Amino acid sequence: MPDQIIEIEKLTKNFGAITAVNELGFSVARGETVGLLGPNGAGKTTTIQMLLGLTKPTSGDIRFFNLNLQDSRRKILQRINFASAYISLPSNLTVYENLNVFGKLYGIPTPRRKIGDLLDLLEIPQVINQVTGALSSGQLTRLNLCKAFLNDPEILLLDEPTASLDPDIAEKVRLTLQNVQQEHGVTMLYTSHNMREVELMCDRVIFLSRGNIVAEGTPQEIVDNCQSESLEEVFISLARNGELKDFSELE
Amino acid sequence: MLTRINGLVLRYLYLYRRSLARAGEIFFWPIMDLLVWGFVSTYINQENNVALFLLGSVIFWDVLYRSQQAITLSISEDIWVKNILNVFVSPVSIFELMVATCIMGIIKAVITAVVLGSLAFLLYAFNIVSIGILLLPFLISLLLFGWALGMVTMALILRFGKSAEALVWGIPFLIQPFSAVFYPVEVLPNWLQIVAYTMPSTYVFEGMREVLSNGEWLNLKILMIAFLLNILYLVTGAIFFGWMFSQVREKGYLTRLGME
Repeated sequence: MPDQIIEIEKLTKNFGAITAVNELGFSVARGETVGLLGPNGAGKTTTIQMLLGLTKPTSGDIRFFNLNLQDSRRKILQRINFASAYISLPSNLTVYENLNVFGKLYGIPTPRRKIGDLLDLLEIPQVINQVTGALSSGQLTRLNLCKAFLNDPEILLLDEPTASLDPDIAEKVRLTLQNVQQEHGVTMLYTSHNMREVELMCDRVIFLSRGNIVAEGTPQEIVDNCQSESLEEVFISLARNGELKDFSELE
Repeated sequence: MLTRINGLVLRYLYLYRRSLARAGEIFFWPIMDLLVWGFVSTYINQENNVALFLLGSVIFWDVLYRSQQAITLSISEDIWVKNILNVFVSPVSIFELMVATCIMGIIKAVITAVVLGSLAFLLYAFNIVSIGILLLPFLISLLLFGWALGMVTMALILRFGKSAEALVWGIPFLIQPFSAVFYPVEVLPNWLQIVAYTMPSTYVFEGMREVLSNGEWLNLKILMIAFLLNILYLVTGAIFFGWMFSQVREKGYLTRLGME
């Protein structure tokens, strides 16, 4: 059995009478890239929030590296990282200052060298002394990834990392992520609305709808089981009908 | 054009209707201002040599204000630039975050005291150092109370979001009229004097005035009360912050704060 680096058991989150996540259970093996997909309101964001310890689950268990998140949150956060298109680094600080701050938060022993290496890896070494607010959206996304790679994370949680990027930069970011994943064996949990990207990036996808897992498998398995042309078609069907009828019947 | 203006006015009115903190901008702070300067006027009518006290009060008040602001503005700034989630998903504990912002409070308060003290000396020949050795416990006391207020303010902002941001600047002025900053406690009505003596800042401002008028202030018991009250407020502020933060995690508000 492969080394399960993330294990989720009966994870539930209720907001009053609303169940955002309902007894969710899945695991992710070391080195795997898993897509967490679903239409708006499916429970992806709430799940990611709970995985990061930002939101307290109503019930259930979250374990990283066989450590319980509730008991060992800081130890876990030291070994994982997060990047999202919807959060950013302070725009009035330079790139170096921003990364240096986070280098210190993650206890990086030689942040200057690490920052230089990461900016090289992301192909933006020239911006090191620029004010963050002056960067293009493509550079900002890569800077966010630099921040996410600072602590050499074993697990990377990525929330739509290529949202709002042009196709050229999006592809560069994807390639960088794939390289890092292959070279360092980083485990990735990935959310995206770009189904083509998910097909390219993910070994396995988990489809959520109304807080429940409605499909799980490789992108190809899901497309085949749903008798669809593409993952995008599966997504649209799920978003419009709230369930994958074909999938459950075939299963 | 009028329709668009009407739409904008409605949009602002909706904001005020849905946010108690914003509504406070219209009613609460003007009333507070009226109270403060009303009491000041009363005092000026009764006393001579008031300007000296006012200068000391302004400097001391700024120490308290900057101390509170250091906590609230540091974290608010990260909310405004959508960096707060980066901080909360790093291995930083809430305690470390609070300590860092309290250190910022010390830095800001010291700079404020030095700059204002120097200017007061240069421009008005007012020497804040003439307070003597008591200057240090006075300033520390104000710093501690500022931290306590900062924790309460920050807890409210985390819980109620951006609509409560006016509290960053507003909370200190909530306690100003009752802290006898610009006038002695005796100017206040009796029932407000009781409220005033529940605040450590009151003892500091009263003490400062006494030292400046008599040249000495030997009532160390009063100073002790101020410090005990500070401890009480700090513990209460920390508990309140911890409880609110727990509520915020329970309700999933951190993401709303960090991404919207």
